[in-house]
Amino acid sequence: MSKVVVVTSGKGGVGKTTSTASIGAALAKSGKRVCVVDFDVGLRNLDLVMGAERRVVYDLINVAQGDAKLPQALIRDKRIDTLSLLAASQTRDKDALTEEGVKRVVEELRGMFDFILCDSPAGIERGALLAMRFADEAIVVTNPEVSSVRDSDRIIGLLDSKTLRAEQGQRMDKQLLLTRFDAARASRGEMLSVADVLDILSIPLLGIIPESEDILRASNLGAPITMNGSTSQASRSYEDAARRLVGEAVPMVVPGEKKSLFNRILGRRAA
Amino acid sequence: MNLFSLFKSRGTAPVARERLQILLAHERVTLGPANLIAMLRDEILATIAKHVEIAPEAVKIKMGQEGSISTLEIDVEIPTEKIAKRNNAMRATAAA
Repeated sequence: MSKVVVVTSGKGGVGKTTSTASIGAALAKSGKRVCVVDFDVGLRNLDLVMGAERRVVYDLINVAQGDAKLPQALIRDKRIDTLSLLAASQTRDKDALTEEGVKRVVEELRGMFDFILCDSPAGIERGALLAMRFADEAIVVTNPEVSSVRDSDRIIGLLDSKTLRAEQGQRMDKQLLLTRFDAARASRGEMLSVADVLDILSIPLLGIIPESEDILRASNLGAPITMNGSTSQASRSYEDAARRLVGEAVPMVVPGEKKSLFNRILGRRAA
Repeated sequence: MNLFSLFKSRGTAPVARERLQILLAHERVTLGPANLIAMLRDEILATIAKHVEIAPEAVKIKMGQEGSISTLEIDVEIPTEKIAKRNNAMRATAAA
């Protein structure tokens, strides 16, 4: 049974692409056949974060329009052979992507992979709607910050109305991935807490990813953090989220919360 | 920043939380006709289920949106014997 998961947020820059790449790599490492698909037509970036920017020949639009066959366009990862990428197009014509085309590509991908992760563009325009259109479930990426939470609320509304599942009267499962979380700041009341965000958005929690320098290092290198052998907290958090996505019961830990009193005092002084 | 505010440092997160709660309560109604439709769907079905037992496969739901108009079609098949049973029960309680 293959699953199509849209990674979406409404707001830009909250970590959709990073999360798609990191969870995709973690799933693939556990033996699942995974395809990550970049829906950000015109501003593709998933290829760069995955370290495959020089290997893109054909893209999603080429396949959707029938100019290339899907196997020609899929880029198989050189490090994890169960992981593939379908890049977005750099073409500026956003209308090049049609609903019928996307439907055909997604259906074909379902026959080849266990997980299809659709990296949505920011916003609530056509590209974002197409990315979620044929999804079975959604990961809503949110920062603990007012504008991100507001936009996520909007996206949740769209997931409940504009997806095929919703229109057919079926339930659309949505899970929250809280990224760039800083437990120390949250505990000082400077940042929305996990409970605050869950309370406001009222969808189940898939994972909490701490703010981490290792994330930038990973995208600098073009190697998702779950792929490069990193033992950082962010990497472990993404791996836990991936395991929860396949239905494993992984206890939720708030990353960075177990700071010693000494560090906490230092942290308070510094802030 | 004075010495007093150092001691008082209460954090701004509660303000963020409160502002969001107020804002979203409003936006969910004005921007989310779809949410409203989903809510109506659930409540209508719950109301029907309160009075007659309906098999999940006997319910057809269609939600749509065209321009500024949202539509909700609910097609429920209720076997006539259940309606008769229900009417008899109601008559009995009315007589009592």
